[in-house]
Amino acid sequence: MLQKISSYFYLRPKLVLWLTLGPPLAYMIIVYLGSLFNLLINSFYHLEPFSGLIVREFTLDTYARILEPANLEIFARTTVMAITVTIVDALIAFPLSYYIARFASPKLKTWLIIAVTLPLWSSYLVRVYAWKLILAKEGILSWFINLLGLSGALDAILSIPAIGGSSLALSPLGMFIVFAYIWLPYMIIPIQTALERVPHSLVEAAGDLGAKPLQTFRTVIFPLAFPGVVAGSIFTFSLTLGDFIIPLSLGNSKFFVGQAVYSYQGTAGDIPLAAAMTMGPVIIMVIYLLIARRLGAFDAL
Amino acid sequence: MPAIKFENVSRHFGDVKAVDQAGLEIRDGEFFSMLGPSGSGKTTCLRMIAGFDRPTSGHIYLYGKDVSSLPPYERDVNTVFQDYALFPHMTVADNIGYGLMVKKVAKPERGKRVDEMLELVQLSGFGGRKPSQLSGGQRQRVALARALINHPKVLLLDEPLGALDLKLRQQMQVELKMIQKRVGITFIFVTHDQEEALTMSDRIALFNNGKIEQIGSPAEIYEHPKSAFVAGFVGTSNLVSGDVAKRITGLDVTFSVRPEKIHLGSVNEKPPAEDYSSDGTIRDVVYLGLYTRYLVELDGGGDLVVVEQNLKSTSMDVLKNKGQRTRLHWNKEHISKMAG
Repeated sequence: MLQKISSYFYLRPKLVLWLTLGPPLAYMIIVYLGSLFNLLINSFYHLEPFSGLIVREFTLDTYARILEPANLEIFARTTVMAITVTIVDALIAFPLSYYIARFASPKLKTWLIIAVTLPLWSSYLVRVYAWKLILAKEGILSWFINLLGLSGALDAILSIPAIGGSSLALSPLGMFIVFAYIWLPYMIIPIQTALERVPHSLVEAAGDLGAKPLQTFRTVIFPLAFPGVVAGSIFTFSLTLGDFIIPLSLGNSKFFVGQAVYSYQGTAGDIPLAAAMTMGPVIIMVIYLLIARRLGAFDAL
Repeated sequence: MPAIKFENVSRHFGDVKAVDQAGLEIRDGEFFSMLGPSGSGKTTCLRMIAGFDRPTSGHIYLYGKDVSSLPPYERDVNTVFQDYALFPHMTVADNIGYGLMVKKVAKPERGKRVDEMLELVQLSGFGGRKPSQLSGGQRQRVALARALINHPKVLLLDEPLGALDLKLRQQMQVELKMIQKRVGITFIFVTHDQEEALTMSDRIALFNNGKIEQIGSPAEIYEHPKSAFVAGFVGTSNLVSGDVAKRITGLDVTFSVRPEKIHLGSVNEKPPAEDYSSDGTIRDVVYLGLYTRYLVELDGGGDLVVVEQNLKSTSMDVLKNKGQRTRLHWNKEHISKMAG
């Protein structure tokens, strides 16, 4: 009986394909692309200001509102934050990944990878609130900085308008620290995988041909691991771009995209504007992914 | 002065003695092969010459200079890797010019020498391609050109033909030998293929269990194997010992004799005085086209393998020999007495 079933499927590879691929594909098309399409349609409606009702007619009015300076500023602020987080995460992740991939013994490697991914076991919200406490005015970080006698320096940094605030927890700088921390594992893992895949014989070949260790790194190891950096940056960039919890919990009153979407669709009830706002990161990500593909990021995934 | 000299070189990995007290001298300009089964220590020796590995004890000299603890980039040797190890993100020309690039040779000069190398390995016009666009044989040539462009004192080749099919391998064997003669560089060639070693080498070192069993020209190794291992690894051989050996030679020895040296005669034949002989029955006949292989059971016990070329005989003729009585004889010079 079992054999009959096996041979039935063996002789019909197309059926097997549709049975295995079909359900997730259907889910993707209906639930994911469907909602995205719904979002797109909603972004072309607009809110009647007096009645507060959504007018289901095609209009570009909502998009015109996106182009108002206040909203453009939100996009710029979010994109700058996403780029900064990505660059800093890449700078922190690369040396660590390099050590894990090339020097750590197999046993140590396992422990280090567990250490890197361990924060992902606890809730994202818990970690954000933990950071809120760490960065608070009376928090452990301020206490420690005070202990080192550097509170003057901290106050000086916090008085810089673009990044400062009344305390680390209520400043863009604090928000940046938390973003960089929260998304770091998503940068480390792809870089480490990419470095792991650089065959050791290539490193030996470079040395054999006269390249000193630094030259080998610059001409062989880094170029081959770069797609991993780009792959990691897709995560850190897109996750920062869309996040609303961290700007909501930390930082000051200045909006980020995710936060703006959250408040427009919630209290304001302006679904069309929220939808149009969401299209912003979608477009930015499409552009980013096209560049990433150029750089070979998808060969490393 | 020898190109490479090993002085009591050992390399231990924990309890494993990958190379154990190896001593050898490789002459300037010679095509030297390190032959042996996998795990015999030949590749470890090569890696120690290249600098990827360091001896646990002992010294390695490159033209008289002790290089035992120099890093690879300070040694005047280059390697052709088993998997070629071409840089996938660089073009063929950039791969070949890599050694000059890291030594900061000016671009025009580099381009000129890369072109010369492409010509030497018959790949002119392929400089702009990526390694992934080349066939196995072409990659092999790029790897060779990339190593030779640096004019190393010694070129190391780590089973470079292993991944090629038989036809291409034979063609590359001839080509490698020709290139070696043209550039006059000492080649050290690691292989587990005894035929390849016999075809190409001026001299061969035979490795077994981390030790060098024998060093000599292909003819010496083939005709006068010093140990049972050598006799068995290079070509096929009959190893005869104990009572059987005593009955044939009258001496208490162990000896080997090559199957093609044994004459398969009729029982009425009187063997020449300078021959050893033994009677037996043909138990098995395998027709292999070019030659036929016989398994002969000797009367007093023991088997000998005999091969005969099919100069006049057809498969029908030779297969009739099965079960026949025969008198085997071979010249006394064709046996190699073994130590132990």
